[in-house]
Amino acid sequence: MAPAAPRSGEAIFSSVDRVNAELFTLTYGAIVRQLLNDLEEVEEVNKQLDQMGYNIGIRLIDEFLAKSNVSRCVDFKETADMIAKVGFKMFLGVTASVTKWDADGSCCSIVLEENPLVDFVELPDTCQGLYYCNILSGVIRGALEMVAMKTEVTWIRDMLRGDDAYELQVKLLSQLPEEYPYKDDE
Amino acid sequence: MGREVSESCIDSLLIEMVSTYCNRFYANKPELAARRIESIGYQVGHQLSERYTMERPRFSDHLEAIKFICKDFWSELFKKQIDNLKTNHRGTFVLQDNNFRWLTRMSIDQSPENGTSGEAPIIADEKAVESMHLYFPCGIIRGALSNLGIPCAVSADISNLPACSFVVRIKA
Repeated sequence: MAPAAPRSGEAIFSSVDRVNAELFTLTYGAIVRQLLNDLEEVEEVNKQLDQMGYNIGIRLIDEFLAKSNVSRCVDFKETADMIAKVGFKMFLGVTASVTKWDADGSCCSIVLEENPLVDFVELPDTCQGLYYCNILSGVIRGALEMVAMKTEVTWIRDMLRGDDAYELQVKLLSQLPEEYPYKDDE
Repeated sequence: MGREVSESCIDSLLIEMVSTYCNRFYANKPELAARRIESIGYQVGHQLSERYTMERPRFSDHLEAIKFICKDFWSELFKKQIDNLKTNHRGTFVLQDNNFRWLTRMSIDQSPENGTSGEAPIIADEKAVESMHLYFPCGIIRGALSNLGIPCAVSADISNLPACSFVVRIKA
């Protein structure tokens, strides 16, 4: 069978089951608040959110590959574009853009035009140092690790901390040897 | 139509939230994990019911409030209403969803255990996992009703899967 053509983020988003974003946003907010209560240290909350994101990312990549029909990306540039244009759109319904490439194409920034995680959110002074959206960086890191790319994902700009946008820096640390991304268990 | 996200987003988040509390934080104390998960649901239900009743007159009695949960509130969350409502007219209500989305989708999504960073799942028993997942919607219902001024206790019964019954006991 000939490989199906890759689908756009919009096309996938309009075809999948969707839910009310408020439910998602408030649930995420309630989780962050509960973690802050339970863990007390903001640093520890950042770590847990990243870990949760990572665990989600390693599962979500399967759905991404299955629904997008994306085949192998030729390089990290194409990969970053796929995350921004297809990944963010098909799951969160928002668009993101890729900027600030470094000279050797191994580091870039993903800038979110909208961020459904932060509706209704205002951080109190006691939460200085919290990376509220840290789950997103974890998701990207986890998903890329499943396609053999070790990355480091860090927040550069965060509107909840007073910046003018949401900007994630994605740095490719190493590309593992090619492996079929699924476990050989079927 | 308000903003939407893919259903996978909320499913993934709930699965991960339950797993974080049950397997990482309170691996040996399921009752503490359950309390935290219920409490997250409570916050969500409280806030959502605040938003969805902003432009409504106050409910005249408990039954009116419960009907609101069954119809409008449930539709916002699951795009369908509660299928069956029963009451003993003494403060106990049973809300049955014949095909509860979070359970039907959950069992599909979770089947191949995707070895998350080498941790053995503590709750191997599928029933136990399901009941952990139910503390969240129970919390949502309790939070929503409490925002409407109705203190209550909520439990879930899944003896007829994929149907799920939520039992609301209003505190006198």
